[in-house]
Amino acid sequence: MNSLLNLNQVAANIGQYHILHDISFEVPSGGVTVLLGRNGAGKTTTLRTIMGLNPASKGSITFKNEEISRLKPHIIANRGIGYVPEDQGIFGDLTVGENIRVAMKKEDEGTTKRMEWVLELFPDLKKFWKKPGGQLSGGQKQMLAIARAYVNENELLLIDEPSKGLAPIIVEKVMDSINQMKEKTTILLVEQNFMMASKIGDQFYIIDDGQTIHNGQMEELKEDKVLMKKYLGIS
Amino acid sequence: MDLIFSLLINGLATGMLIFLLAAGLTLIFGLMSVLNFAHGGLFIWGAYTGVWFYQMTNSFFLGIIVAIITGLLIGYVTERIIVRPVYGNHIQQILITLGFMLVLQELIKVVFGPQQIAVFPPEWLSGSFLVGDVVLIKYRLFIIAVGILVFAICMFILKKTRIGLIVRAGVINKEMVQSLGINIRLVFMLVFMVGAALAALSGILHAPYSGNLYAEMGLEFSILAFIVVVIGGMGSFTGSLLAALLVGLAQAFMAYYFPALSLAVNMLLMTIVLVFRPQGLFRVKG
Repeated sequence: MNSLLNLNQVAANIGQYHILHDISFEVPSGGVTVLLGRNGAGKTTTLRTIMGLNPASKGSITFKNEEISRLKPHIIANRGIGYVPEDQGIFGDLTVGENIRVAMKKEDEGTTKRMEWVLELFPDLKKFWKKPGGQLSGGQKQMLAIARAYVNENELLLIDEPSKGLAPIIVEKVMDSINQMKEKTTILLVEQNFMMASKIGDQFYIIDDGQTIHNGQMEELKEDKVLMKKYLGIS
Repeated sequence: MDLIFSLLINGLATGMLIFLLAAGLTLIFGLMSVLNFAHGGLFIWGAYTGVWFYQMTNSFFLGIIVAIITGLLIGYVTERIIVRPVYGNHIQQILITLGFMLVLQELIKVVFGPQQIAVFPPEWLSGSFLVGDVVLIKYRLFIIAVGILVFAICMFILKKTRIGLIVRAGVINKEMVQSLGINIRLVFMLVFMVGAALAALSGILHAPYSGNLYAEMGLEFSILAFIVVVIGGMGSFTGSLLAALLVGLAQAFMAYYFPALSLAVNMLLMTIVLVFRPQGLFRVKG
């Protein structure tokens, strides 16, 4: 399988704190790769480092075999990486339509088709098209954030904790949408909710204390109770 | 009644001049989180270069154009050399932009001389006319008209164009805008230049309004603009307009009825807003 994204011994700091020490993993083209780990392990910082929002202090990050670790965030995004941050990053004063329009790099046929598809997937967004993003519910904001990242022709989507703070029924909906999306694009997912991660993930990496310490196929992890208890706190 | 109407026009004209200065300031703060104390310097350079050209050519319109071009150029230099190295550090921003403000102020004296310059409106904007019993001064109406026009153009750009959409999104969440593939630095520079041009426009319009020009005028006037930005809500364009009109009207009425309080009224308004609505009258939602 071809590797779309490759991190090799990546380190990153936030201010004076060393958050990532040694992150190495590969995201193959297609499917969902999940980053797992306890709170504060460095999962969100890893996604931010890939996007260039927290630049890597060491190591290499390649996307489609090209080094991106020294590039500015907007250049990285334009190489074909979409990002859904943990806080969703919705522009509260902008309407749902404007939130999507500001993300659209082109207004070609492909973009229109993707937008139509995503609006079918999340009919609420169509319904509240003229409503300010700040007035949406948590689940609707999450749908908007995912739609915004998907509307461009991105080859990789980085999605940070899409189930965070959502009611179980909404989590199901979001999970279903990611499942449908993974047929069309590659996804790197950070998720604390193991139930969700195990249902949509194909392979996983466990991050602990800023290092990747284990990886494998999701099916194997479900069987490995010792590993789950040790690093994820799930018994 | 005619007195109240006259004070109203006076207050609105002052308010519009403050708005033009505050509009750039609020966008620069909202989008870039930059406290630009050099804004008054852009105001005064716009005023001096515009008036210089106006008096040389006898064309007020050309004077306005020269002032705007000066604002754009000094805005570009200020953003690239003064502001860009201190993004994200408010203390350094205050020190360096205040220092640059003083440099711009002193350079005015070097280039144009330390003496005050008398400025009069062009002939076609001089004088007044009567509507019923009310005397309307042409130049004040002109300032109000320009203010409305600038507000309308800016609102059209902000609401109806892609660049406006990006600026509004950037005011709310810069990081997310970058993550969508937009070069926020380029947008910063553009907004800074437009803000500087608006300050310069305010300067050239203010010169015939006050009747004279002096180098320290920029710093004095920019304090009013800062008050307006705080009252209107940092980053809110509409908030700036309403706050500027409020400050302009309060100043005009107080100057007539309670002259001793005319300077204190702005501070009082700001204090009231800060106590009861610290985010300003209009809050930008993230």
